[in-house]
Amino acid sequence: MNPADLAAVWLTFKLATLVTLILLLVGTPIAWWLARTRSGWKGPVGAVVALPIVLPPTVLGFYLLLLMGPNGVVGQLTQWAGIGLLPFTFWGLVVASVFYSLPFVVQPIQNAFEALGDRPLEAAATLGARPLDAFFSVAVPLAKPGFLTATVLGFAHTVGEFGVVLMIGGNIPDKTRVVSVQIYDHVEALEYAQAHWLAGGMVIFSFLVLLVLYTLNPTGKKK
Amino acid sequence: MIEARFKLDYPGFTLDVDLPLPSSGITALFGHSGSGKTTLLRAIAGLERVAGGRLVVDGEVWQDEQHFLRTHQRPIGYVFQEASLFAHLTVQGNLDYGIKRAASRSSGRSSSADFSKIIDLLGIGALLDRRPEHLSGGERQRVAIARALLRQPRLLLMDEPLAALDLARKEEILPYLEQLHETLSIPILYVSHAPDEVARLADHIVVLDSGHALACGPLTETLARLDLPIRLGEDAGVVLDATVTEHDAEWHLAGVDFPGGRLWVRDKGIPTGHHVRLRIHARDVSLATAPVVGNSIINTLPATVVALGEDAHPALCLVRLDAGGQPMLARLTRRSAAALQLAPGQSIWAQIKAVALIG
Repeated sequence: MNPADLAAVWLTFKLATLVTLILLLVGTPIAWWLARTRSGWKGPVGAVVALPIVLPPTVLGFYLLLLMGPNGVVGQLTQWAGIGLLPFTFWGLVVASVFYSLPFVVQPIQNAFEALGDRPLEAAATLGARPLDAFFSVAVPLAKPGFLTATVLGFAHTVGEFGVVLMIGGNIPDKTRVVSVQIYDHVEALEYAQAHWLAGGMVIFSFLVLLVLYTLNPTGKKK
Repeated sequence: MIEARFKLDYPGFTLDVDLPLPSSGITALFGHSGSGKTTLLRAIAGLERVAGGRLVVDGEVWQDEQHFLRTHQRPIGYVFQEASLFAHLTVQGNLDYGIKRAASRSSGRSSSADFSKIIDLLGIGALLDRRPEHLSGGERQRVAIARALLRQPRLLLMDEPLAALDLARKEEILPYLEQLHETLSIPILYVSHAPDEVARLADHIVVLDSGHALACGPLTETLARLDLPIRLGEDAGVVLDATVTEHDAEWHLAGVDFPGGRLWVRDKGIPTGHHVRLRIHARDVSLATAPVVGNSIINTLPATVVALGEDAHPALCLVRLDAGGQPMLARLTRRSAAALQLAPGQSIWAQIKAVALIG
C-alpha cells in the first residue's frame, strides 16, 4: 500500500469512529422515544429515520449537498456562524454519514428497548429509581446487545459508504478521500493490484466485524 | 389507615372504589380476573395514573387533586406476578438496587442486621451470587419479595405473587408469606383470585367485582355475612384463628383454642403455643338444641343463633352463629330450621363434622 492508500484507511477509520460516537449519542434518545412513545408522530419519525435504508445514496447526497450548499438553509446557517461551507470538507462528510447511517444505529437500539417492555422500568420505579436513573441502570444494561449491534453496524456501514461521499465530499486526499473512493480511483486507473489490497482488506474487515457481532451477540435463546 | 379513592372509565372497564383499608395485617383484594384488583393495586403504586384519585396513607397525602407522588417517590414495596428481577444483576445486585435508592431517600435506616434478618426470613442466603436465570420460579419470587422489603417500605403491595407458580412452588412460598405476616408490622395489600391463599393469609378482605367493591372488612366477619354471595371457593364457610394448646398422643389429635372454645383437629405436629388458622365450611356444621350423645362428632360447641339467611337452593338456608365472638355459618335444610324453631338469640349446639387446618 502506498502513502495515499494508508491515508485513506486512516481517514476512513477516523470518520467511522466519529460518526459512530455521534450516532450513539443522537440515536439513543431517538430510539428510546420511538420505542416508548404512544404519539401519532411515531410512524412519520420512524419512516424518516429509515429513509436512508431505501434511498439511493446519490439521492440522499444530492439533497444534503443542496441543503449544505451556499444557497441551502444549512449552508447559510454555517456561513453565518463563520464555519464556512460543509460540502467537500471532512465535517461535511461526518454530517452526511450521520444521516446515512442513522437507521443502522437507531433500529437495533429501538428493537432492544421495545423488547424490554414496561416491566423492568416499573420494577425500577417501585424500588425508588427516578426515570433517568432507571434508564441508565436498567434499560441501557438490559439493551446491551442492541447497543453492540448498533455500534458494529453503524461503524461498518459508514466504512462502506461510497455514493454519499462522492456527492458531498468529492475526492480530496486526506480530507474526503476514504477507502471506497480510493478503490474506485485505482480501478479507474487500471491499478488492479493496488485495488486488490484495499478491496480485499475491506472484505476481510467486513467479515471479521460480522463474525464478532454474531459470536458475541447470538440471536435466539442461549438455553 | 389508608384511604383509597379511584375512579377510572376505560371502554369496557370501570374502576370505582372508595375504600378505607387497614394499616396493619394482610388485606386481600379478591376477585375474578377483570374485576379491577390489579388496576387498583397499580393505582395505589402510582403505576396507573388515575386523574382525580385520592390516596392518603397514615395521614400523608400521596395523591389528590393537587399532588401526585410518582411511583419512585412512594415508599412502597411491589411484588409483581412474575418476579421481574433485573436479569443483568446478581441476586445481591438486585437486593442492593432498592437498598441504595432507599438510603438516598431517607437517612440510611437499613442496617446490615435488617438485611440478614430479611435474607433469613426468605431463606435466600445461599443464592446471593446467582443470576436470576439460574433460580427456580419459587426462588425468584422469594428474592423479589426480599428486594421489595429491603427498601423499608411503609406499604407492601403484592400482585398475585403465587399465580405464576405451580402447586409445589406455591406450597414452598406460602410458609414464608405466613412468616412475613407474623413478623412485619407494615400493611400488606395482597391481590389474589385464589380462595385458598386468601383463606390462609388474609386478615381483611376487599371483594371486587366489575370494578366495584362488593364488600370490605375483616375476613371472618365478611365471609359470615348472609346478605352477600361471597364464597371463598366452592362453598360458604368461615376461617378462624386459634392457638395450639394441647396434644393428645393416644389419639393423635391436637387441641386448638379460640374464643368460642376448643376444637380437636388431626395432629400435624405443630408445637404448643403456635397460631394456626382453621377453616370450617357451612356444610360441615349441623345444629342441635341439646348436646347429643352417641354420635361420632368430636367437636361440639355452644353457640348463639344470630340470623338466618337464604341459600342458593330454596330447600336450604344458612344460619349465622356466634361462638364466643367468632362468627360461624351452618347450612341446614329449611325443614330442619323450622323443626328446631330456630330464631335469633337462641342458644344452640353446633356440631362440627370437619375442621380444616390451613396454615
